[in-house]
Amino acid sequence: MQRAVSAWWAAAAAVFLVLSTLLGLALGPVDLGLGAVTREVLSHVPLLGVETPFSGTEDAILWELRAPRVALGLLVGAMLAAAGASYQGVFRNPLADPYLLGAAAGAGLGATLVIAYDVGGDGGLDLRPIAAFAGATLGVAVAYLLGRSVGGRETTTLILAGVTVAAFFTALQTFVQQRNAETVQEVYSWILGQLETSGWTDVLVVLPYVAVSAVVLLWHRRLLDVLAVGDDEAASLGVPVARVRLLVVAAATLGTAAAVAFSGLIAFVGIIVPHAIRLMVGTSYRAVLPLSLAFGAGFLILMDLVSRTVIAPAQLPIGVVTAFLGAPFFAVVLRTTRTVGP
Amino acid sequence: MLAVEGVGVELDGVQVVQELAFDLEEGGWLGLIGPNGAGKTTLLRAVAGLVPYAGSIRIQGEEVAALGRRAAARRVAVVPQIPVIPPDTSVLEYVVLGRTPHLGYAGTPGARDVVAARSALARLDGAHLVDRRLGSLSGGERQRAVLARAVAQDASLLLLDEPTSALDVGAQQQVLELVASLRADGGLTVLSAMHDLTHAGQYADRLLLMDGGREQASGPPHEVLTEQLIARHFGATVRIVADEETGIAVVPLRPGVESEQPVP
Repeated sequence: MQRAVSAWWAAAAAVFLVLSTLLGLALGPVDLGLGAVTREVLSHVPLLGVETPFSGTEDAILWELRAPRVALGLLVGAMLAAAGASYQGVFRNPLADPYLLGAAAGAGLGATLVIAYDVGGDGGLDLRPIAAFAGATLGVAVAYLLGRSVGGRETTTLILAGVTVAAFFTALQTFVQQRNAETVQEVYSWILGQLETSGWTDVLVVLPYVAVSAVVLLWHRRLLDVLAVGDDEAASLGVPVARVRLLVVAAATLGTAAAVAFSGLIAFVGIIVPHAIRLMVGTSYRAVLPLSLAFGAGFLILMDLVSRTVIAPAQLPIGVVTAFLGAPFFAVVLRTTRTVGP
Repeated sequence: MLAVEGVGVELDGVQVVQELAFDLEEGGWLGLIGPNGAGKTTLLRAVAGLVPYAGSIRIQGEEVAALGRRAAARRVAVVPQIPVIPPDTSVLEYVVLGRTPHLGYAGTPGARDVVAARSALARLDGAHLVDRRLGSLSGGERQRAVLARAVAQDASLLLLDEPTSALDVGAQQQVLELVASLRADGGLTVLSAMHDLTHAGQYADRLLLMDGGREQASGPPHEVLTEQLIARHFGATVRIVADEETGIAVVPLRPGVESEQPVP
């Protein structure tokens, strides 16, 4: 059998990731120049003897403003794409995305509560990420426990439980939002997503969650292939199906919750990135998962680049950009390749 | 090799299998026959360790319920009635899935597993199918891939749940001949639920007739395939044609219509 990820695709993923990172670092209200950024980055590599072309201000723009934002985009994009791919595998449902089991509704409720009641605002402490993280985790936990307690066909019941929890949390969120109409604008822009960071701290908070989640998901990539033949046959092949599903859902949820806590509810990435990869390289999760991490990261960095440059100095919510540019791109991929299911 | 004693299975409060007992010797082929809803599939699932059961099911002396999932999958391979076919998976990738119980929890298949999968396909005359997508196969080719996956699993007991129900008569025969040859040259033991009574009589060396979750008759085909038993349990009017040359055939007749005697 061929290797899971061909050398060609591994190289393409690496090139795409490096290029989008350099573009993300170079472009913005101040154009730092692609070559200059490359030289600056290389100047930090010992023994190469490359001199930095940057002044103190440019250095600060690059490392204090842009780099954390690019790094956050990388983590969030990788996480959402990998979580989407994993959800699609574990639920054998092409429409599954990281928000399927109530993560988005929970995060939305958490963030809305904090924004509407201005919790922690006086102390200058931003509690939105913590509230969003807690809400997302709680939403999925409730959906999972509800689904498991019902029994029956597990994937279908879990999805229905997720729909139920999401509807309930969304109702609460809408209620809170209506009662505090003056904060609607702020809530709305949080929901559409943004990668505004307060520097490296956010990145360092998200990093461990995404790293652990990515490791667990990658670790299960072959088992996701086995689940493609259904719970029953997977069990007859010796796979502890319920445990695999729980571990994958838990890992994808923690990573997603950490990501959305800082990025808001960026839609669509978890669906189009894994599907575009499937259309191009095939359905085996041994290829889809690692490539989703790489292409998801690069994709979100580029989308963020568009969101902060196209109407500069104002910014477009990144969720609008991912859907506006991602949808036509996906339509083209869909038209030019054969149909492939998850 | 397989010893079933006093086995009962309850699903949603309904006793689907009751007091079932039989032994199956190494290399034997036991055919389960019976009307729809007789409990054949449930019995197979119990033997594979996929549903909880009362009583005892031992494979090579070991209680199935006490074996872990992986250990059970190394002893018993299942060919389900309607396998889930991921259409874009290649035949080779699909057959390699059969190696799962021989890999660690998160292990990936190595060269040896690929060799095992290829040789399983070759044994089933399916070597030419390796690179095809499952979605592009005919019914018979697909069933060959599913059988190859079970063979790659390298288990000593093969459970078949109506393995030929969606196939034309030629493909049915091919699949059953393949199973017979696996049994002959691999020492595989076969337990199969079978819809076609003629095939059941031709391929299995013993039959067990189930109805209402219980054993109604068992023994060599000519003792179980009788016009009376088939009328009672299937509600079917049949004629049994048996001779030295053709073996046994179950021919359905239209009830109430006198069959025309062939003009000599």
